[in-house]
Amino acid sequence: MRVTQGTFSFLPDLTDEQIRAQIEYALGKGWALGIEFTDDPHPRNTYWEMWGQPMFDLRDAAGVMAELRACREATAEQYIRINAFDATRGFETVRLSFMVQRPATESGFRLQREESAGRVVRYTLQRR
Amino acid sequence: MLPYAKMGYWDADYVPKDTDVLAVFRITPQEGVDPIEAAAAVAGESSTATWTVVWTDRLTACDAYRGKAYRLDKVPGSADQYFAYVAYDLALFEPGSIANLTASIIGNVFGFKPVKALRLEDMRFPVAYVKTFQGPATGIVVERERLDKFGRPLLGATVKPKLGLSGKNYGRVVFEALKGGLDFVKDDENINSQPFMHWRDRFLYTMEAVNNAAAHTGEVKGHYLNVTAGTMEDMYERASFAHELGSCIVMIDLVIGYTAIQSMARWARNHDMILHLHRAGHSTYTRQKNHGVSFRVIAKWMRLAGVDHIHAGTVVGKLEGDPAVVAGIYDCLREPSNPQNLQRGLFFEQDWAELRKVLPVASGGIHAGQMHQLLTYLGEDVVLQFGGGTIGHPMGIQAGATANRVALEAMVLARNEGRDIWNEGPDILAAAARHCQPLRAALDTWKDVTFQYASTDTVDFVATATAS
Repeated sequence: MRVTQGTFSFLPDLTDEQIRAQIEYALGKGWALGIEFTDDPHPRNTYWEMWGQPMFDLRDAAGVMAELRACREATAEQYIRINAFDATRGFETVRLSFMVQRPATESGFRLQREESAGRVVRYTLQRR
Repeated sequence: MLPYAKMGYWDADYVPKDTDVLAVFRITPQEGVDPIEAAAAVAGESSTATWTVVWTDRLTACDAYRGKAYRLDKVPGSADQYFAYVAYDLALFEPGSIANLTASIIGNVFGFKPVKALRLEDMRFPVAYVKTFQGPATGIVVERERLDKFGRPLLGATVKPKLGLSGKNYGRVVFEALKGGLDFVKDDENINSQPFMHWRDRFLYTMEAVNNAAAHTGEVKGHYLNVTAGTMEDMYERASFAHELGSCIVMIDLVIGYTAIQSMARWARNHDMILHLHRAGHSTYTRQKNHGVSFRVIAKWMRLAGVDHIHAGTVVGKLEGDPAVVAGIYDCLREPSNPQNLQRGLFFEQDWAELRKVLPVASGGIHAGQMHQLLTYLGEDVVLQFGGGTIGHPMGIQAGATANRVALEAMVLARNEGRDIWNEGPDILAAAARHCQPLRAALDTWKDVTFQYASTDTVDFVATATAS
């Protein structure tokens, strides 16, 4: 299966050139780029590992790409996403978040069902 | 007719206070009725006046309680219509009650004989009054964080056919659409608890579909379970069941009424639930320009009342929606404050005082081939709902959902890359379709579908006063 979290997961994996264009877009908006990685892509896993802090003062796409390369080298076979954070009042949240690496084989999830009274089922997602 | 103007309901020198509630009405006086008298009458009948003088007025500080018409402009291009501006003292309104507000502002006054027709065009609420409302239970920012979906419009679809599916068959549609790539599926406004499908059945099968689709995609998925019912007790029962089943969102219809909407907004805030509002019924009073209530006012009331989603127009789809009017409505829902913008139908400045933002929903006769237009007109913070455009796909529901998701992501990617999507949109879609057969089929199937009709609700503004 393919985990389809992130803004562009239904497109073919982005090339470095395409990733760089999105970084340029975010920098142009004044957003801070951050790189995060995980081996646990559960949809409720909110806090992936941060590859350092969000790069609030870095205004250069080449610098972000260099950090991404370093992250990829250190975390082969994990998921990596780039987040663009907007600190503007009224947002103060992520404005763009897209995957830039995924494992060659994605193990996916199994839906666990626990049956209870009145036909109600308790659901939970487990890693396969 | 009572001399309303002379009685103090018209005051051309009145300077509205920052704390006043302001309204602008489009009035069409009966023949022979002086427009200033008509404006004063509207101010009177929507505040303290009755049809005759009462001595008991003298027991009150009646000057303060009178609504005051303070400005009258002829409607450009119209022989007999006027924009009348009325100011109301804050003391006239109960805090936090849309019902109380509307009982005055759109109460008896709309049946008042000396005006042939009357339309509430816009309102301005002072910060002191805005602060008495909860506002959206969740809001755009928190909704996106809960769903873990950023940077693109959300995608939805309404289950079709609207009526007749059994619970089990209904859940099939939900599963296919979510697995194919949609974020949300939606009950229709008139799906409640009918002989062919009782509500518990629908809720149970739907949540199986939602969770199964989440397992297949690793994404948070949702289905707006419509909890609209005949009584508040029934609605709370249904909403509680949705909550117990782990749904992230419930839905209500505008026809349940303002108080019921505020109650459900409070319930939603207390249960970490997103609240979707379908605007069923609004066209009976929003669509004709000479009489009723403009939808921008309804949108403002609903932001105060506390819904998270509201259907607010598509521009390009099958339902009424002039581009400027729709843009003005979206501004009321999504911005922290609105400057006056007459070209968009916004007569007043409005400060939303940190009330959360409502996510507009664009639904009705839209398809993947319009993605560049939708993104240009409506922006990123919107739910695009393709009902027929998903379920009517020739290769099936999953394919329909995938086509929409691919078209959307390709268009956002291209926009962010700095491309001119308005003009290059069809090329961008064609290129994306080369790696996505379902998108190619969607583009071929619906390439000629457009809805080119004149809007009935349009902006007709010229800012200069002509008679005051």
